Amino acid sequence: MANIISQVVFLIILAITTFFLVKRINSIRRNIALGRPADRSDHKDERWKTMLLVAFGQKKMFKRMVPAILHLCVYIGFLVINLEVLEFVLDGLFGTHRLFAPALGAFYTIPINIFEFLAVAVIVACVIFLWRRNVIHIKRFHAKELTAWPKTDANIILITEIVLMLAILTMNATDQVLQDRPGTHYGDTGTLVFSATLIPLFEHMSTGTLIWIERSAWWFHIIGILAFAVYVTYSKHLHIFMAFPNTYYSKLEPKGKMDNMPAVTREVQLMLGGAADDGDSNEEVDRFGAKDVNDLAWTDLMGAYACTECGRCTAECPANQTGKKLSPRKIMMDTRDRVEEAGAAVAKGEKPFEDGKVLLDNFISREEINACTTCQACVEACPININPLAIILQLRRYVAMEEAQSPAAWNAMFSNVENNFAPWKFPPADRFNWADELKEEEEKSKS
Amino acid sequence: MDTNEHIQIPTMADMMAKGEEPEVLFWVGCAGSFDDRYKRVTKAFVKILNKVGIQFAVLGQEESCTGDPARRAGNEFLFQMQAASNIEVLNGYHIKKIVTACPHCFNTLKNEYPELGGNYEVIHHSTFLQQLINEGKVGVEGGGAFKGKKITYHDSCYLGRANNIYEAPRQVLAALDADLVEMKRCRTKGFCCGAGGAQMFKDAEPGKKEVNIDRTEEALSTGAKTIAVACPFCMTMMSDGVKNKEKESEVQVKDLAELIAEHEKL
Repeated sequence: MANIISQVVFLIILAITTFFLVKRINSIRRNIALGRPADRSDHKDERWKTMLLVAFGQKKMFKRMVPAILHLCVYIGFLVINLEVLEFVLDGLFGTHRLFAPALGAFYTIPINIFEFLAVAVIVACVIFLWRRNVIHIKRFHAKELTAWPKTDANIILITEIVLMLAILTMNATDQVLQDRPGTHYGDTGTLVFSATLIPLFEHMSTGTLIWIERSAWWFHIIGILAFAVYVTYSKHLHIFMAFPNTYYSKLEPKGKMDNMPAVTREVQLMLGGAADDGDSNEEVDRFGAKDVNDLAWTDLMGAYACTECGRCTAECPANQTGKKLSPRKIMMDTRDRVEEAGAAVAKGEKPFEDGKVLLDNFISREEINACTTCQACVEACPININPLAIILQLRRYVAMEEAQSPAAWNAMFSNVENNFAPWKFPPADRFNWADELKEEEEKSKS
Repeated sequence: MDTNEHIQIPTMADMMAKGEEPEVLFWVGCAGSFDDRYKRVTKAFVKILNKVGIQFAVLGQEESCTGDPARRAGNEFLFQMQAASNIEVLNGYHIKKIVTACPHCFNTLKNEYPELGGNYEVIHHSTFLQQLINEGKVGVEGGGAFKGKKITYHDSCYLGRANNIYEAPRQVLAALDADLVEMKRCRTKGFCCGAGGAQMFKDAEPGKKEVNIDRTEEALSTGAKTIAVACPFCMTMMSDGVKNKEKESEVQVKDLAELIAEHEKL
């Protein structure tokens, strides 16, 4: 009877989690779809390769060895320990205990020992991460945009992971004690090396207490994991999933190439008296560049959800390193905050983007976008190919083309290019003077 | 080409009139045409082209800004107007191959003009010089002015990260028999000079330090007496940095073409 009740309770918890997860995933998809279309359906082979190398293979993480190795522990732990979660879920649904143990027999101890090893590795890595974040002064963890919620979010994630791993070890330790107690039904798992070290903490306890602790640890771990799965979708930790689509859909062309604006090409062709020969000439353009998130490409919005706020971009940004306001990480965080706000309006049945706020000015200041040298350091640094520069350039396009409010010196440069065909105010007729100078210099050096 | 008598700087218009086609068009760029310091790079590169006897031409007064700074500052209209008129000129001359000493022009011509109807083989002068070295046309003689001298190379963002060109400039320096000392932030981690993205044409935003000063300090800390660059903006920023640190009498900022020209005693 008790078994059936727990099965039903488990099923209800699983159903509630699934409901919230599906709802949240749908709203994230809808929010990303608020962006403008961008075709990334090309070069599928290369895209798969990029995803395998950069996301699955963690290639770009290894530019910084220490965090790369620690992160690898947590990453492999996440991938592998999820196999054990499968057993947890099936046990919960069928009211069984260690469903895979009888089938695997003596072999069962091997995967469980591997899981335990990884659980310990995750704990060690997360403790070091907490120490790096909160004790020693690592600059990228102490930026202005990384206070308040983002800082708490990071610590919640690390502490949750530690606690969840401790629950597994507690469960396995008490399980091993119970295996030797008469009258219990705990089947032999073989020696589980890491949790066995915790046995002295539990062996003096009564069988009833032990069963209670073992069951509590089981429930704590599985409910914890399910709750964490929902939490992750609201957190910077969403990168564990978004890293994959984000690398798959990342830019494959040379970084230096800016996206073309076909609408402008058409206008220029018309202006020069040619026929606009672009295929999709019916596309309506309501705005040049971006002033809000719905002017950005969906890939930019996906990048915002993929960002885990590690700050490698900001740590490499020459503007940020020399004390300017610009932080590429903040560009991504602002974009996500704004797209979440717009999504919340949609969820309430309201029209988004009518709250009187916009990404430019209300979230990202002009001083920030004007400080960018387009050096690509942020793009290069991102371990999952997020492109903050694409957003900065779209905002600049809006300021230049829709508002004509670029910095005065840039407006002067525009006028030089337009009138003198060079960004400096030199007479166009002097462009070739260097050749005469060179010929003279050569004559002089001969005589 | 008569290289002993007079230096040759043919324009496309001259070539067209004679019914000739150059092997390569040298795209000089605005800095290479107008900036006093970078004109010396243009001249050095032309001397090298003359020495190796390559059939080249320039556009002369028909050349015009590629539009790169306008595009990076957000003015897409202006960029595309520039692109359209340049492409008209280049296509009118049936240009197939372009070499340029400016990484910004290089990036725009190579990556951004094709979508607008301008398809050319575009190479940066660092790659071009590397090819000349590999073909044994320059830099074959050992010794020379830079033998054993410490040189550090400052990566241009638009060559490096933007276009993955890290080795060509270093191989050019290797031909000088120089002692290449790398800065800590080099190649993919190269620190910008501060001028890209149209920063060249306005004051920096408020901050604690100028980007070029930060980079110059790093370059000076290598102990190199020559800072090699491959970009007109880097040239200006690093030269200003060296002047700011009052080191201009000891440390020189030189473009790759100038170093090769000096090595060849041109």
